Amino acid sequence: MAVELPENVVVGKLDALASWCRKNSLWPMPFATACCGIELMATGASKHDIARFGAEVFRFSPRQCDLMIVAGRVVMKMLPVLQRIWQQMNEPKWCISMGACASTGGVFDTYSVVQGIDRFIPVDMYLPGCPPRPEQLIQGIIDLQDKIQREGTLGGAEFRTKARQEPKRALVELTGLPQIDSARNPVIWSSEVKSH
Amino acid sequence: MTKPDPATIEALKTNTAAATTSEFRDQVRAVVPADKIFDALRLLKENRGFDFLSDITCVDYLHYRDATDRFGLVYVLNSTVTNERLIVRTFVNEPDLVVPSVTPLWEGADWMEREVWDMFGIRFDGHPDLRRILLPEEFVAFPLRKDYPLQGRGERHNFPVLTRDSA
Repeated sequence: MAVELPENVVVGKLDALASWCRKNSLWPMPFATACCGIELMATGASKHDIARFGAEVFRFSPRQCDLMIVAGRVVMKMLPVLQRIWQQMNEPKWCISMGACASTGGVFDTYSVVQGIDRFIPVDMYLPGCPPRPEQLIQGIIDLQDKIQREGTLGGAEFRTKARQEPKRALVELTGLPQIDSARNPVIWSSEVKSH
Repeated sequence: MTKPDPATIEALKTNTAAATTSEFRDQVRAVVPADKIFDALRLLKENRGFDFLSDITCVDYLHYRDATDRFGLVYVLNSTVTNERLIVRTFVNEPDLVVPSVTPLWEGADWMEREVWDMFGIRFDGHPDLRRILLPEEFVAFPLRKDYPLQGRGERHNFPVLTRDSA
């Protein structure tokens, strides 16, 4: 039994509509720590304009952003700051790990550089490169937009799937509530920890 | 930068009798025993005009062939008036890794000595605020020593994990 629709009526899923709105206005939180930050700034400049894709402003307040772009290597002194910024962002939020250092630690396999932020932060998109070209960052944002459109729901149910709840590559897990303030956590700084 | 005046070397040798000097390609270095280092540096600053301290750094000779001491502290002195450069070295050994701080002579030694403390564990007596400068305060080891592994001992990954449901 077909219903005759007038011309100005569109039928669709609310999930798809919400995802379309969200993907086309991803406001980035630039977490630029090192050289990839320069390429991030270049992507925001006029030649490779990221505002064409909806990333109109780079808000430096995490409360006003929905996409955190971690550009550059993250050292262990910076990681609690990164986690605090991630926690301050409101849902729905996504994370792009830009460059080799944010994804895996890059060339810096040393005592102070975290070997991939996805050990401690949930990451949605990884961009290889040292640094990735602005076109690659834009491609990463386009792919993230496709991912949001494909999986997005109105109420954020896609973030509560089993796959998203598990930590990815973390080797050390602390029991109890995650304590960001690692300076006061006696478990962290004991010298008996042998895993790396 | 030019070589220092030979009178400077003479003054250093008469002041601290155990100082030895050597030269390589216009770079002159003087080796001073650790208990006389402060007097030697004060002499160089006040009498010989080395008013600019470029750098304080350290070398760990743990696995070096024919090494007699473990840590070599290096002070790089410049003179802005006469454009001379002199490098003063001193050797310290465990267990007493304490050297007098030269912060009273050159204010710039403040952060340089903090870096040597942070990376090598050499304590500077009389330093106004000796604490770690590059690594987090809670770090327990001294990473630039030769017996510390490059990848560390697990401090870099000792953090809580945030998943989608926890934040």
